Amino acid sequence: MELFTNQILAGISTGAIYACMALAVVMIYQAIDHLNFAQGEMAMFSTFISWQLMQWGIPYWGAFFLTLALSFAGGILIERLLFKPLAKAPILTNVAGFIALFSIINSCAGLIWDFTIKQYPTPFGSSPFLGSQLISTHQAGMIGVTFLLLIALYFFFQYTRMGLAMRAAASLPESARLVGINTSWMIALGWGMAAAIGAIAGILIAPVVFLEPNMMGGVLIYGFAAAVLGGLTSPLGAVIGGFLVGIFENLAGTYIPGVGNELKLPIALALIVTVLVVKPAGLFGRPIVKRV
Amino acid sequence: MSAADEVEVVAEGQAVEAVPKRAMTLGTGTSLIVLVVLLVIPLLAKNFIIFQMTMLLIYGIAVLALNILTGGSGQFSLGQSAFYAVGAYTSAILMEQFNVNYALTLPIAGILCFAAGFLFGQPALRLSGVYLALATFALATAMPQLLKLGYFEHWTGGVQGLVVTKPDAPEFLENALKVFHLKMSQDMWLYYFTLVITVAIYLWSVNLLRSRSGRAFMAIRDNEIAASSMGVNVALYKTLAFGVSAGITGIAGGLGAIAVQFVAPDSYTITFAISLFLGMVVGGVGWLPGSFVGAAFIIFVPNISESISKGLSGAVFGVLLFLVIFLVPHGARQIAIVGQQLAGRFRR
Amino acid sequence: MRSCQFHAAALAAAVFALTSGNALAQKKYDTGASDTEIKIGNIMPYSGPASAYGVIGKTEQAYFNKINAEGGINGRKITFLSYDDGYSPPKAVEQARKLVESDEVLLVFNSLGTPSNSAIEKYMNTSKVPQLFVATGATKWNDPKDFPWTMGWQPSYQSEARIYAKYLMREKPEGKISVLYQNDDFGKDYLKGLRDGLGNKASMIIAEEGYETTEPSIDSHIVKLKSSGADVFISVTTPKFAAQAIKKLAEIDWHPLHIVSNVSASVGGVMQPAGYENAQGILSAAYAKDGADPQWDNDPGMKKFYEFLAKYYADANKLDGSVVYGYGVAQTLVQVLKMCGDNLTRENIMKQAASLKNFEPDTLLPGIKINTSPTDFAPINQLKMMRFKGEKWDLFGDIISGDVSH
Repeated sequence: MELFTNQILAGISTGAIYACMALAVVMIYQAIDHLNFAQGEMAMFSTFISWQLMQWGIPYWGAFFLTLALSFAGGILIERLLFKPLAKAPILTNVAGFIALFSIINSCAGLIWDFTIKQYPTPFGSSPFLGSQLISTHQAGMIGVTFLLLIALYFFFQYTRMGLAMRAAASLPESARLVGINTSWMIALGWGMAAAIGAIAGILIAPVVFLEPNMMGGVLIYGFAAAVLGGLTSPLGAVIGGFLVGIFENLAGTYIPGVGNELKLPIALALIVTVLVVKPAGLFGRPIVKRV
Repeated sequence: MSAADEVEVVAEGQAVEAVPKRAMTLGTGTSLIVLVVLLVIPLLAKNFIIFQMTMLLIYGIAVLALNILTGGSGQFSLGQSAFYAVGAYTSAILMEQFNVNYALTLPIAGILCFAAGFLFGQPALRLSGVYLALATFALATAMPQLLKLGYFEHWTGGVQGLVVTKPDAPEFLENALKVFHLKMSQDMWLYYFTLVITVAIYLWSVNLLRSRSGRAFMAIRDNEIAASSMGVNVALYKTLAFGVSAGITGIAGGLGAIAVQFVAPDSYTITFAISLFLGMVVGGVGWLPGSFVGAAFIIFVPNISESISKGLSGAVFGVLLFLVIFLVPHGARQIAIVGQQLAGRFRR
Repeated sequence: MRSCQFHAAALAAAVFALTSGNALAQKKYDTGASDTEIKIGNIMPYSGPASAYGVIGKTEQAYFNKINAEGGINGRKITFLSYDDGYSPPKAVEQARKLVESDEVLLVFNSLGTPSNSAIEKYMNTSKVPQLFVATGATKWNDPKDFPWTMGWQPSYQSEARIYAKYLMREKPEGKISVLYQNDDFGKDYLKGLRDGLGNKASMIIAEEGYETTEPSIDSHIVKLKSSGADVFISVTTPKFAAQAIKKLAEIDWHPLHIVSNVSASVGGVMQPAGYENAQGILSAAYAKDGADPQWDNDPGMKKFYEFLAKYYADANKLDGSVVYGYGVAQTLVQVLKMCGDNLTRENIMKQAASLKNFEPDTLLPGIKINTSPTDFAPINQLKMMRFKGEKWDLFGDIISGDVSH
């Protein structure tokens, strides 16, 4: 029984990482109706920028907010320069663009900051949380911030005009334009916000996994999986999806004999595919109705 | 809460754009010229170039398979590397553990992968667009780990992989060439062997897309609901498309295993699936001849990027890729159309 | 008259002797070598998951620049061609063929990665081109009978694991061992070495956890290992995961006897980011000096290394074990090429490489020497154990040989 609880708790703490990333994934999906493969790399780059700012002497919270602002601006810039010209191109070409962006960012980060791991500070400290030796204060802090973000996003999409406009622009661009929404700038805004959320995710994740250019590769896969499991239209679903993936992966690894340990990721992904087959829009997503 | 809040309504947009049937292939004249070039090059080039050309044909077949799936039937797949891996390992295991003749391993790999693709297509029926992409992505990520599994280590060689013996040219051919004092290297033989298979698969695929099945694929791609209401058995054709695509990729995988002479789990990661995807986009989705242009892109452009800058080779590659998709968002097909228009003007 | 004839005869004899002497000292070249140039090929992962190791190739390039600036090897300049394979075996095959057939190099040196080297091993041996000092610790490279053109350099993973096994059997015979290993050739080779080294006491291993490099964090594996009740923890991990393990162990307040693989023993690359306070008491083994360790600041070999860095590779991170590694292995190659003299055939290169006797590069620990023979293709198989104390490693004990006899 103790092992079971331990693994659940451990799963929640890794799940927090996935949940963070999943929020950024959902954000970009809400904006452009597609998954951005370069999301993880953008988050990694933002984290490196914040690290560099701290190396130059700026204190943690100063670097944090400055990085958020820079990431927001950076996201908008990338969208305006690289993806606006591709707006009329087929979706697959856009996906190729995401892959190209991934390649560029990863390579540049490697050149600027090299590939050795770097320690990244946490504002929450690393001592055991409430005496539990399985969740540290940092991981508890990470879960807390994730939920705060979640609530903020919920309010944004449900109760603000901007949020509503963004949702409209993403799902029905033609109709949105007809009511006067500048869909083009909505997309740019979506990119900016996704970049900023990604930066927060990176900054929270780095203390646990150590900062290096390839740190987001694995996280992104899990982030996608969590977001899809929870429903790509639901930030709450993304967060819960993240925790579920973390927990399930751990339990599968511990209790499925023989292969469980070697096939943790495939089993987690198989679970998600199964869920999708049963509930195609994810656990909390809204069912998609196609107009004929 | 109104109904509008509970469901998400999307306009039926086209995920994959249609390619007019006539534009699906090169004209007869151009095709013949390309064929002659492909036949003659090995006689003039060094073994290494022949090797690269062989890899180009092999990756071209793999991208062609993806083209049938995505460009033909509109189903996204980021998981072709999984089927390629199954084909490669099938060939390798049959050749090395069971001493099967290399040529025989290819149809076996093809059939096995067809079955695998068909089976995978079943649950994939309920998924579309981004969700299908994720499911195939999951398959591609899972494959290396499956290959490393302890259970199979006895056959697959586990993490160490398997070394594959390269075949010599068949005896009758060598004897025939000896009359002319010519010798055929292993590389050259493998190249011509691959070329024959490539041409066969290419012609078969073109035929497939022009046939009733092909029309069914394209109907599904353009508007699934309309297709289904017209009587097209959507489920059957979608899984069939997956099966065919997987089968062809499996054959490419088998050829790849023989050409590279080595199979290992690390050779078939998600990075490879993404490369094949890029090859399809660069070549032009749905345009079969573009598959080979795309294959050339994914083989040679990384080398070019590396020679431009070793430290930033990834960035250079990304920049080049952006250039290509800015200039020709529809891939090489756009260039071909422009070329055809120019040729048309010259004829007048 | 007779004296003239005598002189003529003597002169003729002398000329004859001189020319035949020259014929014996004739220069012999294979493709890639000439009077002025030696072409060396190399394959490194400059991109992809293992790109952290690309710095080895850069160090080697810098080292060969230094050799060239100092006049080259026996007057010949080195042309170093290093290509990226992205840690992908098919790409490695392509690059190897390019080096051998298109660029026509004399030999391929220090190519990195077990999968990549496994992929090209057959090709290199069939083409009879040296695959020298491969950058991987897999034990299989020491096989001169089947693969006479392939040779390793660093101590094999199995030999290192055996040393830990010997230590444990001596110091902690009742210990319960848990192992965290990377699920690839590196991890599995180690595991085999551990089991073989423990022999009939292999049951001391009570828990094993494998992880994939795609996993963002290995924390949950650590939790599981702790719950097994083990009091020894062996970390067969690459730097990032080794650091994560050290940190997690401290967080969950688990203090077993912690052994870390040499691959991740770098002070700057692992101990420092993980936190010195968490790393106290960790054991490992080493064969080279650590650039982060001040005890070597006045060591003549390391002084040469630091001078080299300052002049030829100023922005190198000297705390990175890979840089020290690149220097050492490049120096070994230069030694072999010098020993070849004017006979720069591939066969002679392998012959000289198999005749290294007590060669000490600048960067190996004092007492550790390189020895090879026609039946021993493992240049380094000695290690010394060390314990982490304060902010550096304290070597202890004697030099142990981890010989893995076939």
